[in-house]
Amino acid sequence: MTFDPDSSSENASLTMPVSKRDHIQGLTDAPLTLVEYGDYECPACGQAYPIIKAIQHAAGKQLRFVFRNFPLVNAHPYAEHAAEAAESAGTRGRFWEMHDLLFENQAGLEDQQLAQYAMELGLDARTLVTEVREGRFTPRIREDFISGVKSGVNGTPTFFINGLRYDGDYDARSILGALEGSRASQSKTRRPNRSRSL
Amino acid sequence: MSLKRQTNQKKYTRLYPKRDSAKALSAGVRAPDFSLKSTPDQTVSLADFRGQPLILAFFPADWSPVCGDQMTLYNEILPEFQKFGAELMGISVDGVWCHTAFARERKLHFPLLSDFEPKGDVAQAYGVYRKSDGVTERALFVIDGNGLIHWSYVSPIGVNPGAAGILAALETLPAKKKPKSQKEAV
Repeated sequence: MTFDPDSSSENASLTMPVSKRDHIQGLTDAPLTLVEYGDYECPACGQAYPIIKAIQHAAGKQLRFVFRNFPLVNAHPYAEHAAEAAESAGTRGRFWEMHDLLFENQAGLEDQQLAQYAMELGLDARTLVTEVREGRFTPRIREDFISGVKSGVNGTPTFFINGLRYDGDYDARSILGALEGSRASQSKTRRPNRSRSL
Repeated sequence: MSLKRQTNQKKYTRLYPKRDSAKALSAGVRAPDFSLKSTPDQTVSLADFRGQPLILAFFPADWSPVCGDQMTLYNEILPEFQKFGAELMGISVDGVWCHTAFARERKLHFPLLSDFEPKGDVAQAYGVYRKSDGVTERALFVIDGNGLIHWSYVSPIGVNPGAAGILAALETLPAKKKPKSQKEAV
């Protein structure tokens, strides 16, 4: 079972398909799917945040974006509570607003600040903090995490494009290029009618 | 984690250009014994893990970007490994003091072994020492409770292999009596 390496790695793929359980931005039948495994306290995820926004803007209706939790709790002490806060907001239909607030305020992820973000979104701060402290969404976060490990997530953020791990650099141009490439090979094989360029 | 994955990978291949390791030992082979320091005054041997699965993660160097990410990741996944009663050891040619500082800075909850003198001796026995580069391959071994290699994998040196392969290998180990409950190391 030994794999002998050459210059490239085996391409890992998503073991838990995108489904209704996921937080999805964009059209459910978009031809391209970008999945991020991320950690709200991770500086590289923070740097990737505006890049993803730019990619979403450029790709428009062609792309749906999915965020899954991958908190590195030993390295990032606030990451778990931040993930709980986003999930708590998510049960009230405000996942993406909280997701954005967390990435825009990575230096402020203490419970008190999470409560403040809840208020900004018109959510009940006390309920959110209670849920966060109880770990109400821990099983879901853990499910995200394990699915990531089994899919070959090797750090945060890790991206998957149409189910395959993306191993290139994380700038908008490179990722858009990879999305374009994925769509091109897709339309060659099974979607000949979708050929609009990104 | 850096946003420059591919750039990092190129950095490694520039720094460690010579892949002249022998072939990594593969499944079914008896794992070579070793006795290495995990701290300035503690030594760890393969025999200490009889009866439980052991994961050996060889990596090129403490503090380097990909190794740091890989060890940080495994640190988070430890509870999953422990569900199989498995222990994890990182191994590189760095000295114990370097390992100690690295483990403290990254808050690692598993031991790092020092394949320091004779340099790379254990890595060589496992077929994963890049002699001309003076570092080990980025290689993974899952050893079963009887001391046999159950699975091995050598990753391109600049690529963090993640843990999917390790978990898949642990899942295919022959079922055993319930793993002992694991106390948190360190």
